[in-house]
Formats: sequence, C-alpha cells, structure tokens
Amino acid sequence: MALGHRLRDGRFPEPSRESRIPLLIVGGGVAGLAAGWRLAEAGFRDFLVIELEDAIGGNARSGRNAVSAFPLGAHYLPLPNEEARALRHMLKQFGIITGERDGRPIYDPLQLCADLQERLLWQGRWQEGLIPRSGLTDKDRADLAAFERQISAFSTRCDASGRPAFAIPIAYSADDPDLLALDRISFAQWLEHKGWTSPILRAHVRYACRDDYGTEPSDVSAWAGIHYFASRRGFTAQGVGDNELTWPEGNGRLVRLMAAAFPNLIQTGKVAFRAQSTSSGEAAVDIFDAAADETTRLIARAAILAMPHFVSERLVKGAGGSAASHSYAPWLVANVTVERAPAGKGVQLAWDNVSASSPSLGYVVATHQNASREGPTVLTWYMPLSEMKPSSARRLLIDRTDDDWKRIIREDLLLMNPDLDGAIRSIDLWKWGHAMIRPTPGFIWTTAPAARAATKPPFFRAHSDMSGLSLFEEAHYHGVAAAEAALRHLGHKFETLI
Amino acid sequence: MAEDAEPALPPKRNALVGLLLASVFAVATCGLIYELLAGTIASYLLGDSITQFSTIIGTYLFAMGVGSWCSRYVRRGELRIFIRVEILVALLGGWSAAGLFVLFPLVEQFRPILYILVFAIGFLVGLEIPLLMRILRDRFDFNETVSNVLTFDYVGALAASLLFPLLLVPHLGLIRTGLMFGLINVGVALLLLALIPSRRRLMREGILGLFVAASLIAGFLFAERIQRWSEIAAYGERVIYATSSPYQRLVLTRNNDDIRLYLNGNLQFSSRDEYRYHEALVHPAMGRVARPANVLILGGGDGFAAREVFRHADVKRVTLVDLDPAMTHLFGNTSLLTMLNRNALNDPRMHVINADAFRWIRQTKDRFDVIIVDFPDPVDFSVGKLYTETFYRMLRPHLAPGGMAVIQSTSPLVAPAAFWTVAQTLEASGFNTRPYHVYVPSFGEWGFILASEQDPGATARFLPDNRFLSPDTARQALFFPPDMARRPVPVNRLDNQALVRSFADEWAKYEG
Repeated sequence: MALGHRLRDGRFPEPSRESRIPLLIVGGGVAGLAAGWRLAEAGFRDFLVIELEDAIGGNARSGRNAVSAFPLGAHYLPLPNEEARALRHMLKQFGIITGERDGRPIYDPLQLCADLQERLLWQGRWQEGLIPRSGLTDKDRADLAAFERQISAFSTRCDASGRPAFAIPIAYSADDPDLLALDRISFAQWLEHKGWTSPILRAHVRYACRDDYGTEPSDVSAWAGIHYFASRRGFTAQGVGDNELTWPEGNGRLVRLMAAAFPNLIQTGKVAFRAQSTSSGEAAVDIFDAAADETTRLIARAAILAMPHFVSERLVKGAGGSAASHSYAPWLVANVTVERAPAGKGVQLAWDNVSASSPSLGYVVATHQNASREGPTVLTWYMPLSEMKPSSARRLLIDRTDDDWKRIIREDLLLMNPDLDGAIRSIDLWKWGHAMIRPTPGFIWTTAPAARAATKPPFFRAHSDMSGLSLFEEAHYHGVAAAEAALRHLGHKFETLI
Repeated sequence: MAEDAEPALPPKRNALVGLLLASVFAVATCGLIYELLAGTIASYLLGDSITQFSTIIGTYLFAMGVGSWCSRYVRRGELRIFIRVEILVALLGGWSAAGLFVLFPLVEQFRPILYILVFAIGFLVGLEIPLLMRILRDRFDFNETVSNVLTFDYVGALAASLLFPLLLVPHLGLIRTGLMFGLINVGVALLLLALIPSRRRLMREGILGLFVAASLIAGFLFAERIQRWSEIAAYGERVIYATSSPYQRLVLTRNNDDIRLYLNGNLQFSSRDEYRYHEALVHPAMGRVARPANVLILGGGDGFAAREVFRHADVKRVTLVDLDPAMTHLFGNTSLLTMLNRNALNDPRMHVINADAFRWIRQTKDRFDVIIVDFPDPVDFSVGKLYTETFYRMLRPHLAPGGMAVIQSTSPLVAPAAFWTVAQTLEASGFNTRPYHVYVPSFGEWGFILASEQDPGATARFLPDNRFLSPDTARQALFFPPDMARRPVPVNRLDNQALVRSFADEWAKYEG
C-alpha cells in the first residue's frame, strides 16, 4: 500500500537515465498481462511490462500456505460466451479448452467447478443454490418468476445486426436506446418500477450487486444489474453452460498462464509516476525503481496504460474524466486456515457457501477441486464494504485494527458454521481499498466511453475500468484490444482475435 | 441405642423412619435396574439374550447372597458401612452401563469383566437390606421391621421392571439410566449423612459421596459424548463393534449368526447372503478373461471380493485400493471377520493400498486383467466423483488388452435411473457395457455392469463350486424385466453429478 500511496503524494526523484523500447505496458494486472499475452501470440516480443507491486496479477493475485493455494481476490472465471472470441482462443491455448464438439468447446472437467457449486444457509439449514427455496410467500414466488422471465427475455434479445443486448465483453453489446436508458436509473429504481418488492428477490439482487460490483443496488445502474443476470450464456458442448472454471489459487492460475507466454519481460516493484508525449509522438514514461531508489525515463513508441483510472489520472494529466466520475468499492478478503472442512445441517459443503443472514458474502473452499475432502483447508471469506461511502469504508479498513477485523470474521464464520469452533488455525487479511470500479448510473454508457475517447496514441488504455465492470473478461478484452491497437500503431502485422 | 463411638441417627423421629423405608424402596429399585442394565447390555454385545439374562440374573442373585452372608461380619457401625456401600454401589452401578460399552471394544476378555462387575454390584446390593434392617431394628418390633423392609424391597422391584423398558431405555438410553440410578444411590447416602447429628465423624464419607455424585452428574451431562466415544448406537441395534475413522463410521452388528457391516448407516453386507453379492460381482468378470493374473479391486476393503478372486488359480497378484485403513485393518485382523473373508487381505498375493481411488488411479502406471469396482453407493458428492465420466476415462488406460471391468451400480429396481446413469456414463467414457442383476435378500435386487473395450459378451467360464452363480443363474441375470428396463438418462459428470441426485431422489421415494 505504501508505494501506491506514495504515487498519490507524488514525490519521486527525477530520471537519472534514459532508455528506449518499442512498446511499454504499465501495469501487470489482468489487462496488462492479457496485452502481453496478445503481443507474444502475434510474435512480438519487444516490450516490457512493469508492475508497481512485488507480485503480478492485480485483483487476481493469490497466496499459498502449507495447506493450500488460495485467492486474494478474483476466484473464478464463468464459462465464456460465444462472443468472447479472444478469451476462448486463449483458454484453448492453455489447454483449459480440451477440444470441440459440434463447433462448441469442451472444457477440462477437472477445472470446471465440481458439484456442489453453491449452497445457502437459509432458516437454519443449508440448501442447494443461492435463492431460498422454502418459506416463500406467493408474492415471493410471483416476483421471482417474473424477474426470471424478464431476465430470460433480455438474455435472448439481440439487435438488428445480431448483437446481444447484454454481452460479455460489453463491447459486443447492442446499443438500442431503450437498453441504454436502463443505464440512467439505478437497479433498485428499476425493480421499484416493476413492482417487484419481494424481500427474497431484493435480497438476492443485493447479493448479486455486492458480489460482482461491491455496491448496493441503489447505487448500481439498472443496466449493470441486469447485465449480471442476463449476460451469462456459457458457450460449451457440455451441458447447460452456467458453470465456472475455478482453481485453488483462483484466477491466479490464469495470471500464471498468461505471464508464462512472455517470462522475462516482466519487472515488478517499479512505479510509473509520470507519462507524457514527446515532440516526436513517442511516449515518455518516468519509472521509479523502489529497490534501486532511482528513476528511469523509458521512451516507447507505444505505451499501454493498464491501470485503474484513479492511478492513470495521476500519470497522465487529464487522461479522461475527473476523479469524481470514477468511484471504487473497498473490500475485505480473509483467508482462513481451518483444521477441518465445515459441514452443517442440510446439503454438504459446496465451493461457494453463503448465509442469508450474514453481512458478508460467505466463503469459498480453496481445496474444493481436490479429489479428497478430508483434512485442513483454507476458506476465502469475502466482504464488500458497501453500506457506507467508499471513502469512509476505506478509512475504516485502515483504522480498525487487524485484531478487530479478525474477530468480526471469526464470529461471522462461527455463526455460519458452529462446527468450526476451535478449528480456526489462522486468518490472513487482505484489504482492497480500491478493489473494483462501481458501475453507478451513467458510468458504463456515458462516463466510460468519454474516458476511452480521451486517450490518444502513443498512449493506449487497458483496464476493466474502461467497461465499468470489474470482470476478468472485460480486463482481458481491453488488454487484447489495446495490444492490437498498439501493434497497428507500430505497423506490426497480425490477425485480429477480437 | 448405638454406641457412643459410632455415629447414629437421632432417636425417635417418625418422619425419619418413613424416609428410611423410602430409601429401601429406592435402593431396591436401583438394585434391579443395575441387574436389568447388565442383562440388556450383555445380550446386545454378546448376543443370545436367553443365556445372557439367565446367567446375569443368576450371578447377581448369587452375589447378593454372598453379600447378605458377609453382612454378619459387620459387627458394629452399620450406618457408616451402609453409607459407604451406597456410595460404592452408586459408583459401580451408576457407571456400569457406560463402562461396559466403553470396555467392550477395548478388552480381549469381555465376559470375565462383565461377570466380575455384576458380582461386585450384586455383592454390595446384598449387603444393603440386612444392614438397613439392623439400622431400623430399634424403631419397630422385629416382625414389623422384616415385613416393612421386604415389602418395600419387592415393590421397588416392580417399579424398576416397569420403568426400565417403558420409560428409561427409550428416553434416557442405557448409559444415562445407569448414571441416574447411581445418583439415587448416592443421594440416599448423602441424605442420611445430612440427618446424622454427629456428622463430623463421617467427613470422609461425605466428601467421597459428593465426589461420586459430581462424577455421575458430569457423566449424565456428557453421556452423549461417552456414547459417541464408545461409538455404540442407540437402543435397537445389537452392535458388537463401532468406530469412527476420519473417513466414515464403521458399525458391526450381530444377530445370532448374521453379522452385518454398516458404513455411515448404509448396509455393506450381511454375512448370511453376502456370497450372492460377491460371487455376482467377481465371477462374471473373472470368467470373461482368459488368464486373469493381475487383478485390481477398488473399494472392497472387507476382503470378500478378494476372497472370491483368490478362488481362481490363475491369479498372481491382487491390488486392493480402499480409502479407509480402519476398514482394511479391521477385516484383516479380527478373527471373526478373517474367518468370513478367508483371510484374503493377508494372502501373500494381496497388496493393500489405503488411498483415495480418484487420486490413486491418476498416478498409477499398472495395467490389470480384471478391475473390480466395488465402491459404496453414490450417496454424496465425494463418493459420487468415483462414478463420473472423468473417473471412468482415467480408469480405461489401466485395463489390459482383453481385460474386463465390473462396476457395482446399485439397485436397478429401486433406483433404475441411477443404475442406467452408470451404464450411460461408462459408455460415454468409451467402454462397451453389459449390465446384469441378481437378487441378494438383504439388499434386494442389485445391479452390476461389465465394461471393456470390446463387447463383454453373454458367456463366461464359471467355477464349479459357486454357491449361487451357476451358468444358468448368470445367464438369467442378463435379462431385465420392464420395471428395470433402460431409460434415457444423462451422463454423470464432475461438475454436474446427476447420479447423486437421482440416487437420492429414487431412494427417498422408496423409503418414504
């Protein structure tokens, strides 16, 4: 956190040396790594990726201890839609897609999330699936069914040229006016207009908004909220396609695979603090090396800024949109090492375990994909601090002591799983001050496009912030798109994957 | 009057006399309860209730006689001795049920311990009535004393005999019943202590009494844990052995000559008819392979499948992979069980591996002429993964050319969707299949599926001395009546375990 905050305060030594490179990627998160992967895929290796932290991966970083690897943030990838061409190409290259049948991909069964995927603690019992099944009133059932129908209609809807109404990556979405109008109101307002007041439906919607966006439904645009439900059309030859790929280290698996495409071209512990165009139309990026305590000016013919907006705006003054237009959700993630896997009344332990009565989003089990279920495991517990203003929540993350946070986490876990009493070995906290962009009303279809338009060569931007949805698919898309745009700028021939 | 040196009850208090007679009632009830507990537990653990009850009652009454005889050696201080006897009875009798359950799996010779305990309790109980009579002798005339005491003694017995089967055992269980009556015994002792004026002389008894009472109360509160620790099921099952391994709960029951194994409450075999199951499991596959030299058994930690395999002369090596070392240890080292499985697990050609089959199959390089897959039923997702397309695909490379696999596939009558899902999944993994079913009384109709690279065919060679699987029986087994016929079912996959779900649904409907 320290190096990042130093960037905010802005006191770095002036460059003491200069160097040239055809292409520079600033930022080693998913977008930056996807760009690097795309370049390597096109046969281009004359580039460098620099990353502020000591480890690459951004939100997809992972950790490991004696018991298991575990995610620090992003922990799964839903099966890509048909339109996510570049992503499917990459998964095929990694062997995650093992073949094809009738033109549809077949995924490695060992990397698909094993049954039982998710369960909900509802009225004292664990049930399969995340929507309560018992104790529903007629209104609940009616609202849930109506919501389901509406989502289904949105999911299958396409525009005149065949673009889906809600696509992933968003770039492939239709832009019909009535759909874009949904971006101007909040999801809560949209549900109000529809008259869907069932508390069960509202609770599930709130869960969804906090789960993917770290934000309450009243602050999420209706377009983004509907997108969560209506955009998933997993394209696969096996079954229904609404499953996800997951690994003990979460999306850290994908980070490792992408970085393996260009092993020696990544440098960590380096922070870029200034970026400007030179008179000859090149990009001059000043990079501070924390270990060597000196700054280098890298002159690149093209530079991809693969970082969140609140960072890039410090680099390039006026790089599209003001600070206020982009807001970020703070999260707390805890990896809890336990002696034995929890159980509970009802269905058996699932990969994703959520409690209807907890403020947290529950936990995933790091060893779920393993063949055997005995012995110690690591539970990754998630909580978006969505109930207060992001800046206040960020303060709270820092001000509240680690011991206090651990106590809160412990109590939450024991409420969900009393059988874990005495079995909690250790809790490792991970605080995300700016975990993800918040898709507030107007952001995706008004603010974000304007910000995208503001960046001009030799600079290119790649980050899920550009979409407004903090998803692997979005970061990957922008990384690939930026890499292709940069290649075009450099005059290097390639065949587009997008 | 009692002597000066000895503590005595205060003279001439009628309420006190009533209390003493009530304690006669109480100790008589307790005495019979301990006798009934010992008899019940003995018949559970050792079988043959007629013999157990007879011998226990006989021993108990005999011991009471010995105790009554020995009461003459109490020259003085009957009250002190009586109080001590009560405390001892509370300790031994109260803890008898828990102790017997806990000791049974731990000791070599259970019977001597049982009878020694019964004797000790009976001896102490035999002391009670003569002592009480002597304590009361100065309050009534002799005729009345004898009449009163024995009246309350025998009536107490009636109370015990009614309470025990109707109320105590069904609601409290055997262990708590013992502890509760132990508390009554020690309660009588402490009550008497409270009434004695010169209490200081009985300080030791007082402390001991409180200590015993505390242990009984603690035992009562933690009876559940004791029960769990000794791993004996509640009233109704004649359990002879039970243990919880890290993987499952193993319970062996015996009902005369029928020995059964339950894993997590699911029946694995009954010794009366398991030969039908195991002949049907093993011989159709073995008899379709020219020289079945190298055999793999997955599951089957009870050694019965192995027993059948070893009847074939061609067998040179058997590898058995069972998850639970507790299982293979039990079936390899208990004389009762090694007799049943003909010590198959200790055969020199046998090689036992305790590992998760899903993991093991990925890392082994061996190929086998026959693979026998005898996993527990797919009751949850953990076992269910062993019935997935992924698992069967991993299994295929380990079948030698001309080799044959067979999979235990649950009941095609109770759970036809589940049964045919296994067939569908095997076929999706690239096997040719041939299903068959047999009748095993303790299971009902049970199904198996042969799987190999070529069509398994309809014929096989069979050993001449099979008790159940003759060529005719084997041929009949291949036909499925309409109520078990094949139907459209999905393929069972790791990420969508349709088998576990359909299995649970069908068995739930069956069991109501």
